[in-house]
Amino acid sequence: MFGYLIRRLFIAIPTLFVIITLAFFMMRAAPGSPFDLERPMPAAIKERIEASYHLDKPIYVQYGYYLKDLVRGDLGPSMKYKDKDVADLIREGLPISATIGGSAMLLALILGGLLGSVAAIRQNSGVDYAVMGFSTTGISIPTFVTGPILALVFGVYLHWLPSGGLDRGRMTFTHLLLPVLTLALPQIAIIARLTRASMIEVLRSNFIRTAHAKGLSEHTVLFGHAMRAAVLPLVSYAGPATAALLTGTLVVEQIFALPGIGRQFIIGALQRDYTVVMGVVILYAALIILFNLLADILYGLLDPKVRYK
Amino acid sequence: MSAMTGNNAPLEAQMKKALEVEGRSLWQDARGRLFRNKAAVASMILLGTIVFLAIFGPMFWVHDYDTVYKDRVALPPSLENWHFLGTDIQGRDLFVRLLMGLRVSLAVGLVATAVSLVIGVLWGATAGYIGGRLDEVMMRIVDVLYAMPFIFFVIILMVIFRDATAGKPALNILLIFVAIGAVEWLTMARIVRGQTITLKGREFIEAAEAAGVMPLKIVVRHIVPNVLGPVVVYVTLTIPAVILAESFLSFIGLGVQEPLTSLGKLINDGAKDMETLPWTLFVPGITMMVTLFCFNFIGDGLRDAIDPKDR
Repeated sequence: MFGYLIRRLFIAIPTLFVIITLAFFMMRAAPGSPFDLERPMPAAIKERIEASYHLDKPIYVQYGYYLKDLVRGDLGPSMKYKDKDVADLIREGLPISATIGGSAMLLALILGGLLGSVAAIRQNSGVDYAVMGFSTTGISIPTFVTGPILALVFGVYLHWLPSGGLDRGRMTFTHLLLPVLTLALPQIAIIARLTRASMIEVLRSNFIRTAHAKGLSEHTVLFGHAMRAAVLPLVSYAGPATAALLTGTLVVEQIFALPGIGRQFIIGALQRDYTVVMGVVILYAALIILFNLLADILYGLLDPKVRYK
Repeated sequence: MSAMTGNNAPLEAQMKKALEVEGRSLWQDARGRLFRNKAAVASMILLGTIVFLAIFGPMFWVHDYDTVYKDRVALPPSLENWHFLGTDIQGRDLFVRLLMGLRVSLAVGLVATAVSLVIGVLWGATAGYIGGRLDEVMMRIVDVLYAMPFIFFVIILMVIFRDATAGKPALNILLIFVAIGAVEWLTMARIVRGQTITLKGREFIEAAEAAGVMPLKIVVRHIVPNVLGPVVVYVTLTIPAVILAESFLSFIGLGVQEPLTSLGKLINDGAKDMETLPWTLFVPGITMMVTLFCFNFIGDGLRDAIDPKDR
């Protein structure tokens, strides 16, 4: 297990390196520079500013500088916000994105797992059909349709909840409820389906029949035996799902005008704020790698049939 | 043999009859199962209608998608002047814009999926068939790309080429095809590789090898046709994913450019004016939902039909 972990981490480093390199050269290939303003500044001043960010050097030299800073953990200064480092921007934005993404994931796991299990236990009943119907609908509606519609109905028509933004920069339950719901909905649907399918398979298997035959109570069979086996596919789904939710916050932040890192990325890409774009890409890539690794480890701990070499 | 013909006439007739009753192939079986699935059939009919309307509707509709009626701005749906889904904030007929948007979204879905299909199938089949060191390297590349926050790279790609494609809608859409297709092939490659490895040990591949068929030809002629089942299922699930990706790009303003439109762009426009013109949000939103619904039902139906294990 330990050897496996070490090996996975060793694979992660070149993976990150490739992603960083790709993102760096792709971003620099975009026409324009962060210092192209609507009101052009004198060429001499622009040159001096660019020189202070090493932008006057050949691109491979810039790449060298960037990697050197990165190894020391320095993501560099933002090229658009004069007084802020990329780390500052991430520190401001990440809590918002993480709160939305984390809450959505939690909600999706709990609700999706619950709905899926109920549907499986009462297979082919009205409840089952209702859950499956809801789930197919949930998968088919993109977040950028549900988001505006939820904002319209609950924010504009009913005035129950704010339709976007934060409460003077602070996160509150009412301001985050709609974004979290929007983001969680498709994941609830997918997780409900997964849980139902795996639960049905588990309930048909021999060890459940044995458990029933031993005379265990329905409750013990379901929660002690079936659940544990049925969550396995969920665990392997959780890694990619977390990644999807993390990048999904990008959409939700855009819809609800939330100042998370997804929004900073889009603004950064449009304004050629190279360092901000790089910082966010690196952060997301690292998180995706991390969550996939965590999912694999958890899978190994839960499934006695899996042994890592 | 010919001398005995007279005696064996009934037997021969029987054999002939037996030969005429063709065995049903796997695909025929699958087709039968698919057509018994009511949700899938209904979805195919509905989707067929949508596709037909998207292709031919804009040609014959009384309004053009880019005609601006300055005196008919933001009309709610009504039968007057044939604006039965209303007009948008600039005074363009929403129905024909919806069909145009569907056309673009469906085209992106199909073409980008085709791009991902070609790359993914060839990549996966080659890695799986040749195996060894090459397989290791090729799949490691897939693993690395998997860790990429894909939507971020598509956004960067769109930013790079946006200026170059400004004012050239065909080029702009082509870029969307390539950008999305180039990142959607990863899962396809994994599925195909897994299938190929199980196929590799089968007798008919061995027979082809023994007959001296070139590796490339074995991959294209024998491996690829046999992995089509799971691939077809995955394709029907990729198309909606691609449509979503394109719509999201258009939603943040990086996708198709005015006066062309797509479902995502229509939804974005509608979301901006939703407080005063709610129908401009609901019409494309519901259309998108129905379209994705159809794809999902057809995908489910196909999976049940081709892979009967789950039923």
